[in-house]
Amino acid sequence: MKISSPEQQDLTPVEFSPEMMTEINQVIGLFPEGKSKSALIRILHIVQTHFGWTSVPAMNKVAEILSIQPIEVYEVATFYTMFHLNPVGNYVFEVCRTGPCMIVGSDDIIAYIEQKLNIKVGGTTSDGMFTLKTAECLGGCGYGPVMQCKYKFHEHLTTEKVDEIIEAYRTASISK
Amino acid sequence: MAGRKLLLENVHIPGIETYDVYRKNGGYASVEKALKKMTPEEVVEEVKKSGLRGRGGAGFPTGMKWSFLAKPEGVPRYLVCNADESEPGTFKDRYLMEKIPHLLIEGMITSSYALGANVSYIYIRGEFMYILHILEKAIAEARANGMLGKNIMGSGYDLELVVAPGGGAYICGEETALLESLEGKRGNPRMKPPFPAVKGLWGCPTVVNNVETIAAVVPIVNHGGEDYAKIGIERSTGTKLISASGNLVRPGVYEIEMGVSVEEFIYGDDYCQGIANGKRMKACIPGGSSVPILPAHLVTKTAAGENRLMTYESLADGGFASGSMLGSGGFIVFDEDQCIVKNTYTFARFYAHESCGQCSPCREGTGWMEKVLHRLDHGHGTIEDISLLEEINKKIEGNTICPLGDAAAWPVAAAIRHFREEFEWHVTHAAEAQTRNYGLIQPRVEEIKTL
Repeated sequence: MKISSPEQQDLTPVEFSPEMMTEINQVIGLFPEGKSKSALIRILHIVQTHFGWTSVPAMNKVAEILSIQPIEVYEVATFYTMFHLNPVGNYVFEVCRTGPCMIVGSDDIIAYIEQKLNIKVGGTTSDGMFTLKTAECLGGCGYGPVMQCKYKFHEHLTTEKVDEIIEAYRTASISK
Repeated sequence: MAGRKLLLENVHIPGIETYDVYRKNGGYASVEKALKKMTPEEVVEEVKKSGLRGRGGAGFPTGMKWSFLAKPEGVPRYLVCNADESEPGTFKDRYLMEKIPHLLIEGMITSSYALGANVSYIYIRGEFMYILHILEKAIAEARANGMLGKNIMGSGYDLELVVAPGGGAYICGEETALLESLEGKRGNPRMKPPFPAVKGLWGCPTVVNNVETIAAVVPIVNHGGEDYAKIGIERSTGTKLISASGNLVRPGVYEIEMGVSVEEFIYGDDYCQGIANGKRMKACIPGGSSVPILPAHLVTKTAAGENRLMTYESLADGGFASGSMLGSGGFIVFDEDQCIVKNTYTFARFYAHESCGQCSPCREGTGWMEKVLHRLDHGHGTIEDISLLEEINKKIEGNTICPLGDAAAWPVAAAIRHFREEFEWHVTHAAEAQTRNYGLIQPRVEEIKTL
């Protein structure tokens, strides 16, 4: 995945909250002295959980914490597809479309979400609430069609179930 | 009869995910037995006797893999558990870790002791973050009860266990890519040799084993390798977790005794209970998306007309001409209304997406296959495209650092081998192919349902 160009994103340095730093330091502490780079992927998950996506300034901050070059963070973040390198909605639906999900109807689910949210795959709703993406095999093949949102699996999807999920996230968002 | 269960026997006991309930039901007995009564070499010997073969897909004998581990003085050794489960059609490790996490923790302790590792890692795919938390909770409980840390059960053996997530990359299920990823890098597979047993994590001797393999060490140590080897047929010993998906009445994870017939597994009351919605089976991929697809008549019987069994040998009977592989046990069943061209296209797209890009034949070849299959599926392919696919296949196969290239090539080759007429029909009846599926056999219009 491509990192959005400097014109498209704010490169002002960011700071991480003390809570984030505690979490990050715990992860670094899991690995032997001198092997802190092993914590990188998990730190990127922490960053994305806090900011919603993985921005260049956030990656620069991670490089600083791990005492590695920023490029070492970029090359990892661009390799692993879970990291969103561009801003996304509050809730990102990643719908699996590989064989086992396809044969139990994932195409229909994707089409239904597109129609329901009035966006195409890759798009974000105008209120910034939802982004729709497709994913390759999420490892829920026996419970398909499957999608993931904020690390949570939603399985045996039907159009009714999609309605309920969207409604539940909308409600959760309002009550926040 | 559903047969003996060695891994999932206690999975339905309420609270089995907690240390106390797990321990009360005989959990951690293998740790006690190994650490108090056995030498590490004796544990390795039991695993060898058991005939256990790697459950991640390759089927390499675990005891032999363990015995390759280099043991230079003063250099740490590592056991790394491969919980990157990402072969399409496979979801058994997820089930095991979610339902009975302490079984994996127990297996990790017993196996680490056998290998002489004092720090071991579980590398889990990033999408399973909720299971990472389940495992960390189980590790904390095990530590609080003296099963991890210093001087476990007074044996003088020390072990730390760490869980690390990936970030969404199929290739990290390949053991050297996994190690790269665990070092915080891109998951590019390494050249072998050196094998991880000599130079693995941070350049130290390392064994990488699948979740189910490590879990199987628990019953092997508890009951002895010989007892384990009594289950099964030939070189397929013990039990195997099968992830059943697709158009089945009852998809899900099943623990089977090796040697159950494929027919019983698909249609039996104890297993999948047949094809959903009263339809007929069209095809089956028995071992995850990377293994050859079989048409219905070769699923339950071999080409020689013998009953096909759920074993490494029987599923491979006939070679690639008429057989397949047990692989990871990702058992995908297709009913008569499924389109083989479309399915093959989704797999080609998957592999093109997941190729790490390091080797040209795989990086370029998977992309080509995706494009060619896309046009066949969408009704603008040509007859030459089918032979073009075969040609690309031959150029990928065997020409890459890791097996992803083969894994991408084989399913396409097998689909064309067994369903060539259906591919041709997508060219000769391009418009019609956009309105309905080819069906089970040579289509007779009155039998085929429209989309």
